Amino acid sequence: MSVKDDLYYSEDHEWIREEEEYLLIGITDFAQEELGDIVFVELPEVDEEFDKDDSFGVLESVKAVSDTFIPISGRVIEVNEDLIDNPELINDDPYGDGWLIKVDPADDSELDELLSAEEYAEFIEEE
Amino acid sequence: MDYISNTPAERNKMLKEIGLEAVEDLFKMIPKEVKADEQLNIESGISELELMRKAQLTAKKNKSIDQQISFLGAGAYDHYVPGIIDALISRSEFYTAYTPYQAELSQGTLEAIYEYQSMICDLTGMGITNASMLDGASAAAEAVAMGARISRRSKVLLPDTINPAYREVIKTYGAGAELEFINLNSEQEIIDPSLIEKEIDASTGVVVLQYPNFYGSIEKMEEISKIINEDKKVVFVIIANPILLGLLKPPAEFGADIVVGEAQSLGNGLNYGGPNLGFMACKDDRKMLRQLPGRIVGKTKDVEGKEGFVLTLQTREQHIRREKATSNICTNEALNALMATIYLSTMGKTGLREVGEQCYHKSHYLAKKIDQLPGYEVANKDNFIHEFILKVKNKKSNEVLKKLIQQDILLGFDLKRIGQEGILVCVTEKRTKAELDKLIEKLEVL
Amino acid sequence: MEEKLIKDYSSPGRKGYSLPPLEVEESEFNSELSDYLREDVQLPEVSEVDVIRHYTALSEMNYGVDSGIYPLGSCTMKYNPKRNERVARIAALSNLHPYQPEAQLQGSLEILYQLKLDLAEISAMDEITLQPASGAHGEFTSLMIVKKYFEDKEEKRTKVIVPDSAHGTNPASATMAGFEVVEIASNERGMVDLEALAEALDQDTAALMLTNPNTLGIFEEDILKITEMVHEVGALVYYDGANMNAIMGYAKPGLMNFDLMHFNLHKTFSTPHGGGGPGSGPVGVKDFLAPYLPKPVLKKDEKKYYWDQKRPKSIGKVHSFYGNYGIMLRAWAYIKTVGGAGLKKTTENAVLNANYLKSRLKDDFELPYAEDSLHEFVLSGSRQKAEGASTLHIAKRLLDYDQYAPTIYFPLVVKEAMMIEPTETENIETLDHFVETLLTISREIKEDPELVKNAPHSTTVRKLDETEAARNPNLHW
Repeated sequence: MSVKDDLYYSEDHEWIREEEEYLLIGITDFAQEELGDIVFVELPEVDEEFDKDDSFGVLESVKAVSDTFIPISGRVIEVNEDLIDNPELINDDPYGDGWLIKVDPADDSELDELLSAEEYAEFIEEE
Repeated sequence: MDYISNTPAERNKMLKEIGLEAVEDLFKMIPKEVKADEQLNIESGISELELMRKAQLTAKKNKSIDQQISFLGAGAYDHYVPGIIDALISRSEFYTAYTPYQAELSQGTLEAIYEYQSMICDLTGMGITNASMLDGASAAAEAVAMGARISRRSKVLLPDTINPAYREVIKTYGAGAELEFINLNSEQEIIDPSLIEKEIDASTGVVVLQYPNFYGSIEKMEEISKIINEDKKVVFVIIANPILLGLLKPPAEFGADIVVGEAQSLGNGLNYGGPNLGFMACKDDRKMLRQLPGRIVGKTKDVEGKEGFVLTLQTREQHIRREKATSNICTNEALNALMATIYLSTMGKTGLREVGEQCYHKSHYLAKKIDQLPGYEVANKDNFIHEFILKVKNKKSNEVLKKLIQQDILLGFDLKRIGQEGILVCVTEKRTKAELDKLIEKLEVL
Repeated sequence: MEEKLIKDYSSPGRKGYSLPPLEVEESEFNSELSDYLREDVQLPEVSEVDVIRHYTALSEMNYGVDSGIYPLGSCTMKYNPKRNERVARIAALSNLHPYQPEAQLQGSLEILYQLKLDLAEISAMDEITLQPASGAHGEFTSLMIVKKYFEDKEEKRTKVIVPDSAHGTNPASATMAGFEVVEIASNERGMVDLEALAEALDQDTAALMLTNPNTLGIFEEDILKITEMVHEVGALVYYDGANMNAIMGYAKPGLMNFDLMHFNLHKTFSTPHGGGGPGSGPVGVKDFLAPYLPKPVLKKDEKKYYWDQKRPKSIGKVHSFYGNYGIMLRAWAYIKTVGGAGLKKTTENAVLNANYLKSRLKDDFELPYAEDSLHEFVLSGSRQKAEGASTLHIAKRLLDYDQYAPTIYFPLVVKEAMMIEPTETENIETLDHFVETLLTISREIKEDPELVKNAPHSTTVRKLDETEAARNPNLHW
């Protein structure tokens, strides 16, 4: 189970990658492993705004439903449309093609409250 | 007779294993205040012979419809039920099975449901069907609730040409979902499309229509469909009678988003109105599918690549999504769906159409003859398939009904029950020419 | 697949039906109606023998209570007596139209009335409606009664409390009735946590929904305290009757001060499940809630039985007609056959059978709650999971041994849950065989976990790909 170095993490098992113009958000390898084969993804509309920790979407495996929680406040600028027909991308490549949304953050300083890769690795060790 | 196999000696052996002296000790955690200290006030058990005697004697106080000539319909229909249906569903592997949660040991039930879904899709023209609903009325109510969820609007147009029992159930469910209902009153036996045009607005989420409607007539489906489909957000629910869909165009052709109805007419007997069989179909659209209540069976493959069937998309259902489920439905009408499946297989491509045609020709034969009698009028003229409103002039309709009952004829459903004039008369393929002629003769001399 | 689809038997022109000749002259379809005629349907063209062979073949790929033990927890899969079927098939009891005059139905109404009285006696409720067609339908009906009751009192109550061990239908029914669901955690003994309950209860609470014994098979000892606490804030207490087979003749929901409840005739009263339905879910209420019952309500005066339609405070109808009458006939036949003392004996043996299984299995499987239990109990497959095969694998392996699996992964409060309810109709040999099989599987996991993980091996199909089924739904031919 992999934890990537250059990302921020939340205790709800989301990762955040800082890009130049936006933040990229997905779920971690640990989370996809726990969920099992994902069969359905529900994502927000572009331009929807969320406060930190709001539920912004739903991931479903055959026998379970999980809400996804946004680790940072902001506005959705793009969603990963490929997931609608190919939800398995999340299982196959959680840190890459399986990303969920791009967000324009309301307050960059919220990033400081997130976990580092090392802290997240410790966190899942305890879970 | 209590159906318990274990003998007192065996029970003692089991108690010993558990480490208890007496069977009462198993219940010692129940506080004495809530204990039923006396025996249940229900008579002692009886043997099969006594039971059958008791049941037969009680049954004598009934008069079943095979002891008279029945023209009753109004939502429960007396069609021919092929004998093989009871023979097949009585196979205990079907009959005594639970919901097919362990797919590998339930392939019979699952494959039959897949066939049922396929045939309902064929009849309705819709892309997706669930495994059944409790009855026609609750299926209609759940369709309305589903429509409101999809459209995110709470106003529902409800014409009075819909079965009044369905309208009541739709309203009961609607009170839970806090929907607003607009009743549309028909002038004749069909609804005026301009009424719908007038009432439909930006808060309208759902429009419901029955096909054929409660009075037996076909609404101006094309015209109404155009009005409804102008606003893509409005969900169009059509309540259809599936046995007539061998003859009539599928509701999908009128732009239905959801099609529901009562499939009791398909190979299920009357049983005093239950168990019935609700069916529910929707457009082949992922968004719709996500909102569909009830179980759904899908085809897939096993680890060796062999085709098989499973319950699928279960995350919509209560056992997984709990308070966020699309419905609370769990137990459905699986065995009745199996009966409908066997019926449709047996009647097949030509049989279902022939049933529809016989209903049509026989009911129109009767209607024409009655219409010619002085003092009677068929309100629908010739716009009906197998059910029409008979209006009685110069006489009270309940007296006509009463007099005919004395002569072993059930003329139909008295519309007085819903505050209207006339008698709703239904003719199925089961009625013979002799029976129709007998009715005509009796009406003439009344 | 093992047996091809019925459509694949189709051969153009083949027929499996015959109808009498039309006899009457044909009527033209007027110009408007003829626009509504369809070209054709794609139904199969098969012979009667094709139909018989096909569905017989399908039945052979199924498993019912008549095939063997069916230990699904919370489902009460007891033997379905054949004499009940004979009663339900008496023509003068079954071939009845719902709109026939009541004078022609006095026999049937008498049976329904007796059923009502017996259900009231078993539950200590005052009035019964037979209209709901399933357990969940009964729950929804009950919650609409609760809603209407408070509307009538002009009290705005928005919340329904359910324990985390509740059946999924409970929260789903509450949502359908327009309530907000508040879930409360169970305590370490598997019972309602009184502190959590106290915290959740307030003036917004409309009802608490409770199963007793709960889904762990454990009787809520503090039940009188619980119902008192709920009543103190002016809310009602609803009894989910799924587990009535544990208490019949020993305890009554009415005596526990529940205000309303539903029954499952297809569980407690032996009617067949038919592969998922039909069922029947009558609702019982205390007198003060009777005005709100769905209409019509069955009544009796000196001369006759009749449907009372004048119910101004009724929640309205929940079913087209009177509910699943055919199922009620079977339940009536069952109660008459077994009798009052027999029902109590039924409960005793259901509880004895469950406790015997628990006693024999508790050393080899983890027992998460040591509390005494009644008609069902919950084991955890955690130990086996650590050894390499989960509860799902154990369930699938049971199928290889020609036995049905328990309810698995429910209740949600137990990890790797196996919820076992043998019912009273299984004999000791069957119970012993079930125990031996589970012990064998437990041994297999130690010796060769792959064997169990890849189960089932001997069923008509092997483990099916549910992921593919959900990702790319194929829902009709």
